[in-house]
Amino acid sequence: MMMNQRNTIYFEQGWDFMQKGITKLKNILEGLPEPQFSSEDYMMLYETIFNMSTQKRPFDYSQQLYDKYRESIEEYITTTVLPCLMEKRDEFLLRELVKRWLNHKIMIRWLSKFFCYLDRYFIVRRSLPSLKEVGLACFRDLVYQEINGKVRDAVISLIDQEREGEQIDRALLKNVLDIFVEVGMGLMDYYESDFEAAMLKDTEAYYFQKASNWISDDSCPDFMSKAEECLERERDRVSHYLHSSSGTKLLGVFSYSLLNRSGDVFSVSGCCALLRDDKVECLSRIYRLFSLTPLWLEPVANMFKQHVTAEGAALVKQAEDAASNKKEEKRDDVELHEQIFVRKVIELYDKFMAYVNDCFLNHILFHKALKEAFEVFLNKGVAGSSTAELLATFCDNILKKGGSEKLTDEAIEETLEKVVKLLVFISDKDLFAEFYRKKLARRLLFDKSVNDWHERSMLTKLKQQYGFQFTSKMEGMVTDLTLSRENQTSFEEYLSNNSNANPGIDFTVTVLTTGFWPSYKSSDLNIKAEMVKCVEVFREFYQTKTEHRKLTWIYSLGTCNINGNFESKTIELIVTTYQAAALLLFNTSDRLSYQEIMAQLNLSDDDVVRLLHSLSCAKYKILNKEPNTKTISPTDVFEFNSKFTDKKRRIKIFLPPVNEKKKVIEDVVKDRRYAIDAAIVRIMKSRKLLGYQQLVMKCVEQLGCMFKPDVKAVKKRIEDLITRDYLERDEDKPNLLKYLA
Amino acid sequence: MTRASKRKSDNHTSPSVKSARVDSVRSASSRAATKVQERVDELYTKYANKSSSIIDPDGIEALCSDLQVDHTDVRILMLAWKMKAQKQGYFTQDEWRRGLKALKVDTINKLKKTLPELEREVLKVENFEDFYQFAFGYCLTEEKQKCLDIESTCILIDLVLGLKYQPQVDSFIKFLQSQRDYKVVNMDQWTNFLRFCQEISFPDLENYDTCEAWPLILDNFVEWMKQKPNV
Repeated sequence: MMMNQRNTIYFEQGWDFMQKGITKLKNILEGLPEPQFSSEDYMMLYETIFNMSTQKRPFDYSQQLYDKYRESIEEYITTTVLPCLMEKRDEFLLRELVKRWLNHKIMIRWLSKFFCYLDRYFIVRRSLPSLKEVGLACFRDLVYQEINGKVRDAVISLIDQEREGEQIDRALLKNVLDIFVEVGMGLMDYYESDFEAAMLKDTEAYYFQKASNWISDDSCPDFMSKAEECLERERDRVSHYLHSSSGTKLLGVFSYSLLNRSGDVFSVSGCCALLRDDKVECLSRIYRLFSLTPLWLEPVANMFKQHVTAEGAALVKQAEDAASNKKEEKRDDVELHEQIFVRKVIELYDKFMAYVNDCFLNHILFHKALKEAFEVFLNKGVAGSSTAELLATFCDNILKKGGSEKLTDEAIEETLEKVVKLLVFISDKDLFAEFYRKKLARRLLFDKSVNDWHERSMLTKLKQQYGFQFTSKMEGMVTDLTLSRENQTSFEEYLSNNSNANPGIDFTVTVLTTGFWPSYKSSDLNIKAEMVKCVEVFREFYQTKTEHRKLTWIYSLGTCNINGNFESKTIELIVTTYQAAALLLFNTSDRLSYQEIMAQLNLSDDDVVRLLHSLSCAKYKILNKEPNTKTISPTDVFEFNSKFTDKKRRIKIFLPPVNEKKKVIEDVVKDRRYAIDAAIVRIMKSRKLLGYQQLVMKCVEQLGCMFKPDVKAVKKRIEDLITRDYLERDEDKPNLLKYLA
Repeated sequence: MTRASKRKSDNHTSPSVKSARVDSVRSASSRAATKVQERVDELYTKYANKSSSIIDPDGIEALCSDLQVDHTDVRILMLAWKMKAQKQGYFTQDEWRRGLKALKVDTINKLKKTLPELEREVLKVENFEDFYQFAFGYCLTEEKQKCLDIESTCILIDLVLGLKYQPQVDSFIKFLQSQRDYKVVNMDQWTNFLRFCQEISFPDLENYDTCEAWPLILDNFVEWMKQKPNV
């Protein structure tokens, strides 16, 4: 009966009871001697609220209780909390604030427990702010709004003190700043506008000042190390007590105010000096500081680029000077300087790549700067030779027997890798390919390759970097040789099976597939009967193996072992076919004039001069020349030098190759014309209608991987295609081009 | 134009004429038309080569002297244009008829008098471009010939554009004669030169942009212009 029937609790009565509880709570918070709340105390208070809110009208006091709740808090704040705070300042203020805040939170927690029932039903039903929210709002509106200015100033002042090296209570600051955050109740608005903005401004002013001091007092490295220290400390600050959202903004302000002032310090010459003196640490520091504001990295990257370009240009000049000093001297010397140049470029690349990797932490801006710098000086050429050619010659020296470089296998691989990397910067890649191909041909045909494996490895590297098209012909060349060797075995079998076909001379033939190999002039050399027989026999043999294939004989690439029966002894001479043919003429005549030789051999002046020079004016004088001068003239007369001798039984008489440079360049220019045409037609075929400028752009883009087409050249090809009716101009818009199917 | 044709055209376009009168007028005009045709053909025969029945260069020279116009005069070219003549130095009967009919003339005197009118017509904006391109094509004498040698080009361009764009033409001719890169000029380059004269301010060449689709020969011309010292 007692349970069911509840007595109505009247408001004053109920509130009076509650008030006692609230007062008790306040005393506890104030630190006055009060026993803690027991569970019964708590239950009673809770029940009172419960009853008062569930009574029937007009005894349903929910609204009043809600209001009273707020009033209690407000009363407490205004009478006790605020006065306490108002009389304090600086650090004391902060401490008091934190204490009061914590207390406040405890109070809200307890009060919420008492008034809990309201939270569950009344507040929900009326969509009112929760008890917790009300509590926080009270603190915010009465306390926070009143003192946040003073608090802020105190905090900032402490921060500045810490900057000057003093120890401060970081936990305190963290707690204070947490308040700024928490009063936002989910939003950072209060923190940002009441604290952060001022803090950033202060930071800016602080570092502005510092920068001015340091600039006048310190050298660049010192400045940088101090700057970096400060940066670390600011970072520290953020992680320890500033809110994480301040991080980026703070560092931004820091770098702006500190580094902005120091424009002079980082002028081009300043940083250049650092690079020149290899001040790696300082540069790394600069990078770390500047990377805070990406905008700042650009000038540093530019300066880096300028430095690298200057260094590269210096190398080029060095090489040019060396070349011009030597003048017309020996080919070897010139080659040596070219080798040295390439080596130095590789070293430069390694050095600055290390910078990019270590100092500048692989940042893309610096990769770009390096690339652009190398592109500038590597595309200038040295003493009339393009860098493409120099690189090809360099590779040749590494890959051929008796080249100027004697390297281990590993070293060869490494160096070739570097060359492939450098090739990226060269715009005339097709020129490199052509020179490389020409030299590869010589290496293969005269068996001068150091190692077949290295040749293939290099081709693979090139293929990986530049695609199948780049190396397809060269790979074909290498394969040709392998096939040729097999072919030769069959040929020898054929000879042994048909003894009457045997020409009586050991004869090796290398069959080349025309498309893969550089084009060679085939000359109509008059060869002796014995050699003719060899050619015939092979031709017959070849017909048995394949039909519909035409063989063209390139005598200029052949070698011959021929016995020279000199008075003292017989010496075996290793010569080219041309030289052999010339020597054999002396089997039937003792003396021959230049003109006679030329007529009988049916070769051009160039060829005749070269080969006679090698036989009469070079290291081994197989022929005597009248007059005995150092050069060949058309009036000279030649005689077999029977008195010739050498301690070796077998000697090789070197015939210097024709300078193919001009031809290579011509071939490349011609190929480019076709390539441009093909690209234009390809683009227009797919687009049908395209603006002139876009066409040129696309063309340059497509061809860019092999060479950089001259815009004028592209224009010319477009006009040519218009004349050949592949394209036409639009009648109304002359800048628009149409594809004619 | 000639009075005779004017009278005829009035009759032809008048809608209010009664049918009977139309018939009589028509027969009258058709009689008149035949007369004109006869005179035109007569004139043709006068100049045509007796064996080939085509007016050949000799005939044209005779025509020119009768017209009191030099045979290298641009007006002959204009006449050829009006006739839509195919081959330089020759007029076929069809072409002759077409031209004279279009000009509405049937005697030499009338033809002579109509020349100024013809000139004005050619110089009209809507006709000039057509005439200009025709002129080039007309000079390609060989079959499948697509280009004109430099010398002929210089003469032709002076003839055709000399009056309208004297300074450009003078400079361009000087340029063509001094350069070595081009030995012939094709239709595309020819056409674009007119556009050049029309669009590009001369002699400052301010608005010329090499990045646009101007033929390379004009790029070279502009470069040459900019390099030579100012007269």
